[in-house]
Amino acid sequence: MLAYAAKRILLMIPTLLGVAVLVFFMLRVVPGDVVEVKLRGDGGNVSQETIEMERRRLGLDKPLLAQFGDWMVGLVTLDFGKSMWTDRPVVEEIGTRLELSLQVAIMATIIAVLIAVPLGTFAALMRDTWVDYLARIVTIGGLAIPSFWFGMLVMLTLLGLFNWLPPITFTPLHVDPWTNLVQLIWPAMAVGYRYCAVVARMVRSSLLEVFNEDYIRTARAKGVYEKLVIVRHALRNALLPAITVIGLEFAFLIGGLVVTEQVFNLNGIGVLFVQSVSRNDFTLLQGLVMLVAAFYVVINLAVDLLYAVFDPRIRYR
Amino acid sequence: MLDVQPTHDAGGAHAAGPDGDRQPLLAVEDLHVEFSTDAGTVRAVEGLSFSVDRGEVVAIVGESGSGKSVTALSIMRLLPARSGRVTRGRIAFDGRNLLDLDGEQMRQIRGRDISMIFQEPMTSLNPILQIGLQIMEPLQIHLGLDEAQARARAVELMRLVGIPDAERRLGQYPHQFSGGMRQRVMIAIGLACNPKLIIADEPTTALDVTIQAQILELMKDLSRKLDIALIVITHNLGIVARYADRVIVLYAARMAEQGPAEAIFHRPRHPYTMGLLRSVPRIDRPGGARLETIEGLPPSLAAPPSGCRFAPRCPYRIAGCDAQPPLVATDTGGLSACVRTAEIAAGSIAWARAAADAGAKAQVAADQPLLSVRGLTKHFVVSTGLLGRAGRVRAVEDVSFDVRPGETLGLVGESGCGKTTVGRLILRLEEPTSGAIRFEGRDLLRASEGELAAMRRKVQVIFQDPYSSLNPRMTVGQIVGEPLRVYDLAQGDAAVRARVGDLLGQVGLRAEMAVRYPHQLSGGQRQRVGIARALAMEPSFIVCDEAVSALDVSIQGQIINLLEDLQRAHGLSYLFIAHDLAVVRHISMRVVVMYLGRVMEVADRDALYREPLHPYTKLLLDAAPVPDPTVEKARAPRLITGELPSPLAPPEGCVFHTRCPLAGPECRQAVPPLREAKPGHHVACVKA
Repeated sequence: MLAYAAKRILLMIPTLLGVAVLVFFMLRVVPGDVVEVKLRGDGGNVSQETIEMERRRLGLDKPLLAQFGDWMVGLVTLDFGKSMWTDRPVVEEIGTRLELSLQVAIMATIIAVLIAVPLGTFAALMRDTWVDYLARIVTIGGLAIPSFWFGMLVMLTLLGLFNWLPPITFTPLHVDPWTNLVQLIWPAMAVGYRYCAVVARMVRSSLLEVFNEDYIRTARAKGVYEKLVIVRHALRNALLPAITVIGLEFAFLIGGLVVTEQVFNLNGIGVLFVQSVSRNDFTLLQGLVMLVAAFYVVINLAVDLLYAVFDPRIRYR
Repeated sequence: MLDVQPTHDAGGAHAAGPDGDRQPLLAVEDLHVEFSTDAGTVRAVEGLSFSVDRGEVVAIVGESGSGKSVTALSIMRLLPARSGRVTRGRIAFDGRNLLDLDGEQMRQIRGRDISMIFQEPMTSLNPILQIGLQIMEPLQIHLGLDEAQARARAVELMRLVGIPDAERRLGQYPHQFSGGMRQRVMIAIGLACNPKLIIADEPTTALDVTIQAQILELMKDLSRKLDIALIVITHNLGIVARYADRVIVLYAARMAEQGPAEAIFHRPRHPYTMGLLRSVPRIDRPGGARLETIEGLPPSLAAPPSGCRFAPRCPYRIAGCDAQPPLVATDTGGLSACVRTAEIAAGSIAWARAAADAGAKAQVAADQPLLSVRGLTKHFVVSTGLLGRAGRVRAVEDVSFDVRPGETLGLVGESGCGKTTVGRLILRLEEPTSGAIRFEGRDLLRASEGELAAMRRKVQVIFQDPYSSLNPRMTVGQIVGEPLRVYDLAQGDAAVRARVGDLLGQVGLRAEMAVRYPHQLSGGQRQRVGIARALAMEPSFIVCDEAVSALDVSIQGQIINLLEDLQRAHGLSYLFIAHDLAVVRHISMRVVVMYLGRVMEVADRDALYREPLHPYTKLLLDAAPVPDPTVEKARAPRLITGELPSPLAPPEGCVFHTRCPLAGPECRQAVPPLREAKPGHHVACVKA
């Protein structure tokens, strides 16, 4: 198991390398660069000389392969460079936003799983009754309603009922937990709805499948309490496929909440993504893509290892 | 040993009265069960009544769909809640009507007073829970034992059912157990609370014959020793013969006959029972004669015929069969649902032989072998370990045999012995590691593309599972017609259609079947389509890989007869791969016995079954049950013990020495060569 984990971690290197190559060259295909956007973006009249100078300063005048080499050397030494727009280190730019995005993602996951597992379970147990129909309506709603629009509804409701508006500035958890939680609970719920819908449907369908398994019949034939049949025998098996969905959804929340963050006025990874794209801020964009890619790879590994913990048949070597 | 105490309730909540012992333990009265399906309401059990006494072994026999498993699930009240329901009847157990109990009362009975053992040991245990927990569960729930007591008792139970190294295996998971060991675990769970009744639904169907014998022996011993009543549900009449006191025969949701086991086997009084007994190939009788079969198919329960359900297939059918026949007492102390029971008992009507024996076996030409296999070896490389250290599964090791034109060569062995791989190698679906395969004198392994294509036409295959081997999106006509088009054996749509009709006719299907899809056919009909497809290529050699194993007894006989008829008509040769020794005895002319990838014995069919030389063959034949209670009950307990070793690490020397009663030190040294012990009888054993 440990050897397997080590092997998988080593295999992450070529995967991320591939991502690095792709993102680097794909960005250079796009016409224009950060200097043009910065100096001429608002129609300002800046001399070609100034632009060349700025390009030289940012290293954009070097041959493509040399630029790539520089960035690669940086990656290996964990130096992601500076943002071409703000001149602040990429790590710093991402760092503050990541804290926020990560917190929203974690809170959304907790909310979603806490609601989805019982919801899916009861829907499966009371299949084709009003409980199931209600659960189905709620979950289909979660899949069909875009989360930013749902977020707006939440905002309008809060505004209408409590005259509450999201604060302009973000209060980190360690500064003031209460303010922080009050601020983030609503966006977490807005994105958690969709998340919860996906997971609940997965739990319901895989539980229904497990209920048809022979070992459930065996458990009932042994006279096991129905509650124990559901929790110990059925649910533990049914949650395995749900883990995959939870992992993928979690990875999506890092960097995928572009509009929701704007609705709730949150300065997260999603907003940063949009900004850096519109500014052609290559180094920052590359750093962001690498971050999201790393998240996906790490979470996939975590899911695979969790599988082995829950399912003794899976033994990685 | 386990301390054996009947678990009568201390409080005597339902203490037996003075005549309590005469009351049967279980009395099923007029049971009716219905299922709601897409095809409408299906009456899965109609008016079934029977009883089981304390300590008695009762067998319920029937083909798939006859209602035997549904009966068991009804007793346990484990019918699928959404579709199945008991519509009428009474199930009295120990004086209480189980159908009146609420869920909680029923839960207390399940696993404590009645336990159930299911067919599929591979899927009946929870894959993610430890074996120990699964055995301890009923002990803790029903008997209120604490963790330590339950653990100690679980170890006792595992020893009782013959699981070695019980303490350590307690912490293992089901996938670490073989099929036979898992079924032992299921039996341990069933025995845990000393129940009064165990219902075993096809307990050994999924197991190899040597393991099956061990499990049956174990169940019989334990039920006798612990005075547990046993209901065994099976389609295998041989199993029933050895263990049952009484036999109940179901046909199409109704009881056809019931009676003492001895009477059912020797003096059956219902035509269905008679037909069933006649259509089973017998391992203890020479083959050769054509199997007598029950023609036709069991009726659909969604639209059953009125009157006697068996009448459409019955050779004794008379006008009176249009009304539902009442159960009448037979002269043998049983019941039979046939209006002509008395006539049958009097012997005034004899079983109408289907077609008279249509001549002897096909003629085997003694000249050149059609197929010749020499030193065939196949190793599968499996990677283990971090850096992919390769392990080798020696699936087939140095196998040689010939198949002559017009001959049927049987290839038998337990699962994992490599018999299917041999078939796949001959079909060139796998590349052999080494060895030679010559077909009509040409070396297949060195054949050119063109030669190989020509060979593919002549060598065909019939698979075990007639459902998954037919494309569900193609009609029967397309399936059978496809090879005709691919190999250009018929020109034009009209010619293809005519040929398809002809082929379907040869396998006993009506030409109209061509427009149907596989899911609209029964298992037997699907297998006929598979045979028609193989015949379309006008082959001279067909590999039949467990071709009849998935079929019900009465259908199996029909397909065997069909294969034999086709062999005579077309001069076909068969390689008949099977695990059922009785079927192989019936159909084969010579037999190859394999064990762990190697050939143990090759001989003429009758010589092999009459005087087997190899100890493995002897044990295999000894393990196979015979549908005759007199023979079975007189037989000494079966000999074979142990499990099949892993083909990843086969034993040194003779691969069978770990389970062989004759094994000596020399058997561990060298692999015994296949030698001709008698003319035409080859055996790979130094002791034989």
